[in-house]
Amino acid sequence: MKDLLDRLLTFEGLGELLAQPFVQNALIACAVLGLVAGLLAPLIVSRGMAFAVHGTAELAFTGGAAALLTGIGVGIGAVAGAVVAGLVFGFLGLRQRERDSVIGVVLAFGLGLGVLLLGLYSGRASNKFGLLTGSIVSVDSTNLVVLGVIAVLVTAVLAVLYRPLLFASTDPDVALARGVPVRFLSLLFAVLIGLTTALAVPIVGAILVLSVMITPGAAAARVTANPLMATILAVLLAEVALIGGTVLSLAPALPISGYVAVIAFLGYLGCRLVARFRRPRIAAA
Amino acid sequence: MAAPVASPHLPRQRSSREPALSLRSARVSFGTRTLWDGLDLDVAPGEFVAVLGPNGSGKTTLVRVLLGLLALSAGEVRIAGRTPRRGSPSIGYVPQQKALDPDLPLRGRDLVGLGLDGHLLGLGLRGRRARRVRVDAALAAVGGSAYADAPVGRLSGGEQQRLRVAQALVGDPDVLLCDEPLLSLDLAHQRVVTRLIDERRCAAETAVLFVTHEINPVLPLVDRILYLVGGRFRIGATDEVMTSEVLSELYRTEVDVVAVRGRLVVVGADAHGHCESAS
Repeated sequence: MKDLLDRLLTFEGLGELLAQPFVQNALIACAVLGLVAGLLAPLIVSRGMAFAVHGTAELAFTGGAAALLTGIGVGIGAVAGAVVAGLVFGFLGLRQRERDSVIGVVLAFGLGLGVLLLGLYSGRASNKFGLLTGSIVSVDSTNLVVLGVIAVLVTAVLAVLYRPLLFASTDPDVALARGVPVRFLSLLFAVLIGLTTALAVPIVGAILVLSVMITPGAAAARVTANPLMATILAVLLAEVALIGGTVLSLAPALPISGYVAVIAFLGYLGCRLVARFRRPRIAAA
Repeated sequence: MAAPVASPHLPRQRSSREPALSLRSARVSFGTRTLWDGLDLDVAPGEFVAVLGPNGSGKTTLVRVLLGLLALSAGEVRIAGRTPRRGSPSIGYVPQQKALDPDLPLRGRDLVGLGLDGHLLGLGLRGRRARRVRVDAALAAVGGSAYADAPVGRLSGGEQQRLRVAQALVGDPDVLLCDEPLLSLDLAHQRVVTRLIDERRCAAETAVLFVTHEINPVLPLVDRILYLVGGRFRIGATDEVMTSEVLSELYRTEVDVVAVRGRLVVVGADAHGHCESAS
């Protein structure tokens, strides 16, 4: 047991590792991803779109696998897959019940297709594994540029459309009555999710995208109902999980996704505990 | 991009006597099916008009026309002298109560604030102080200040509907459009919500269009009734419309309207339509 813990939590040679350019690239990528994911997370939670994000991530994986096989950049494949998924889920509209089952259907198909594509791929095994569980080596300087551009794009769209998006996400009926283009925003938001998911897939892996795109928002929603505070808290949690996870994963040379997922989960547990002590449970009326 | 701010505390005084809302020979049809035709209705400032009728009679469609979400097939509609457009500040909208997720990250004051500027672009960083004053005033007017910072999903249905009234009134509208706002509320909360709407109507001469399938909770307030049934309609004072003759004609079947201890009970409208009991 102790050996295992020593293996998981070691800091040997961490200083030298941190000086490596690829590590620094990864840390910058994580910081940017944490910001964008944290900004989106409370809206995703408000819209009840956790499952849609998961489905989007699996299709980003399919796109990435297809790109790996055909020799196009994995990043481009992931973006294409995720945006297509986002649009499909966005077109399905707001009806929760229908949406859930369609996401399940598309997700299963995408995952199966992705596994098949990976099976056909004869290159390095770490490339395959990286798509599913993430890897910091996958972040090079080209990826950083793509990441930066998409992050600026997503943040700019949010800055312009934040109020209508919040309105449509939390109070869709009245938003519609007030002339907010709810359907268009639903599509647009799906594209924003697609883009962000595609960025997250190479870093944390398709399976664990939820830990940076949902967990911080869900945790924040436990302790505050103030949308601004929830957003700030979600960004902080996402940053701590991503950067902390990266640093901890360096010396043991293990996939970062496990560390990120555990830190995010601990943050969520912490928020639930805080909520429990702070306000007595109110029976939902 | 801030909304034009009048006095933050007092509703604007309506100057003219022109109708707050007017429909002229209005028709809505979808393909070959006409929902209603030749609808003429003027609602004066401060007037309370109840819109009654069974499901599918076009009440919701009328609401959509007034909100500027649907164009008339023929005729004309004006709100405060202008054709309604999406997000118009002249109209406030109170929806029916609906269960909200208890973990929705939104406070009462956010819900009200979205009614003021939720449809606008930008982050709204300028004019935040003026916004806060208006939101606080709207919250105070419905007695909602005490739970303004609580998550909306954890409030009771009655508290949520109070916030809905504040959300509709915070923009100081000329017309208040209420779409079944009392549905699923208990009697006490029905009274509170109706009183709030009535207070506003008297204080600011806001015209009220109140869509409902249960007339009794608002009976004392109603000036006129628009009763829609299957493309036919009748407009008039309560005692002109809520009679056995008129409703029998509208429903094309024998219907009795009975007054029981100050309440109106409609008996005999078929299951397809409208079957109220003295609940």
